[in-house]
Amino acid sequence: MAKITITIDDVAKIGVLANLPVSESEKKLFAGQFSKTIDVIGEFNEIDTSGITPTSQVNHLENVTRPDEIDPDRVLTQAEALSGAKNVHQGFFVVKQILEKDSE
Amino acid sequence: MNKQIHELSVIELLRGLEDKHFSVVDIVSHYLDRLNRFNPILNVYLSTNENALAQAKQADEEIKKNGFIKPLIGIPIAVKDNFLTCGLPTTASSLVLEEYYPQYESTVTRRLLDAGAIILGKTNMDAWAHGSSTESSQYGPTLNPWDIGRLPGGSSGGSAAAIAARLAPVAIGSETSGSIRQPAAWCGVTGFKPSYGRVSRYGVIAMASSTDSPGPIARTVEDAALITSVIAGIDKYDATTSPREVEPYHQLLKRKDLKGIKIALVKDYLLPSMRTEVKTLIQNAAKHLESLGAKIEEISLLDPKYSIGVYTVIQRSEVSSNLARYDGIRFGHGRESFGDEAKRRIMLGTYTLSTGYYDAYYKKAVAVRSKIIEEFENTFKQFDAYIGAVSPGPAQKLGATQNESMFGEMADVLVNPSSIAGLTSAGVPCGFVDGLPIGLQITGNQFEEAKILDIANLYQQTTDFVKFPKYD
Repeated sequence: MAKITITIDDVAKIGVLANLPVSESEKKLFAGQFSKTIDVIGEFNEIDTSGITPTSQVNHLENVTRPDEIDPDRVLTQAEALSGAKNVHQGFFVVKQILEKDSE
Repeated sequence: MNKQIHELSVIELLRGLEDKHFSVVDIVSHYLDRLNRFNPILNVYLSTNENALAQAKQADEEIKKNGFIKPLIGIPIAVKDNFLTCGLPTTASSLVLEEYYPQYESTVTRRLLDAGAIILGKTNMDAWAHGSSTESSQYGPTLNPWDIGRLPGGSSGGSAAAIAARLAPVAIGSETSGSIRQPAAWCGVTGFKPSYGRVSRYGVIAMASSTDSPGPIARTVEDAALITSVIAGIDKYDATTSPREVEPYHQLLKRKDLKGIKIALVKDYLLPSMRTEVKTLIQNAAKHLESLGAKIEEISLLDPKYSIGVYTVIQRSEVSSNLARYDGIRFGHGRESFGDEAKRRIMLGTYTLSTGYYDAYYKKAVAVRSKIIEEFENTFKQFDAYIGAVSPGPAQKLGATQNESMFGEMADVLVNPSSIAGLTSAGVPCGFVDGLPIGLQITGNQFEEAKILDIANLYQQTTDFVKFPKYD
């Protein structure tokens, strides 16, 4: 695989995807660091994996289900659910506005 | 009893309580006094449990009334700060969760509390468990009790240092790849990583969900076995926990020799870059196990350098997904509070999962993971366990992680493969280099906890490497 370089623009784009504020100096720093990391990762391309089934779950459990019922033990009360929020309104979380007032 | 309270293991404390040598209040006040004296130096605990003494009084009452029905009644315990604990702040060493109080209890701490344990406090760690140094903690690093100019390892650095400085009789850590065994090695104590799915991850602030494994850090293998028997087992709140029955591991430590046991010494884990003294200690350990009756054979496994890539991609991909939930809306502070290391990991994981790169990175990584698992399956057809160093060298100096964006992965090169495959592994002290402890890993197949603990216990019982730096 050809050597991959992560550019400052790439970092900026990833920052948007990851919803993280990234300063100009961080963009520069991370671009260099990410390129190096990608380089180290690339070593695994030496391993032939054709025909191999990938593994995302390692202890062979499959289709673990539970009855589709409410389990009161794992349900938070409204007060508990809101207890960590800084900004609440009439029993709800206050989120950032995503629609313009005049939009239809 | 001639020993002081902080010199006793969990098993010895339980015996002392039964024999009425001291009360739970005596134990807890003794530890709180030590915390007051030594925590300001070492930065082991981020917070302490203000109700510990009241809970100790309750435990004494309970013992008077019911005796010793609960397996850990009155035992103080240190808990890594990524386990949700009701009434105790839980930060994962991050400013995002500064002053966060959980809404529910993790299964591990729930089981410990139900068993009668008393939480002394929450221990420092790499922020979000991202690292192998505890230097990425946003509340300052923990210092290694053996040399305060050095790092304790991580990410469970506070829990390992708590055991080394004897600021708790036993501690809870969590391992994604090396985060129990590596700090235990750098601090010269015993760490035990159960198989993936043996211990519930419910209420553990997630790092990489496909490898996260909670487990104990302890004075002795015997204590680690006891704690594991309490925290292990199926949990309806974590669908990846195994339905296999939990064994009373501490009661199964019966071996007096290793006759009939085959152990592999992995040649590729004696890295060319490793110091000769470390290699010698591992070879000495092999000889010792052989003298106990084990058959030792040198084997070759896939170069561990490949698992660095596999682990890095899987872990960062899962981190990017798991940490997406921290938006400061429902709890905690906003995403601007993430430190550098968390930002790097989230962003790299976002990249490896993004359109156009998913196949080249994530898909490739999980395919190589299958190769690593297959190799281990073949190895364990012939061997009961394999051994190697936990870490290529002893504890590194403070500041070693600066400008090293892959410090953790490199420090954990020898434990990455076992974590990727979800194996079980014990880390036990096996000697010293420059006065600093070195750890041996004894690693076995999935769900072979009983066998690995038994071998590790016999190794520990027949060697003399468990030492403690003086904090008196």
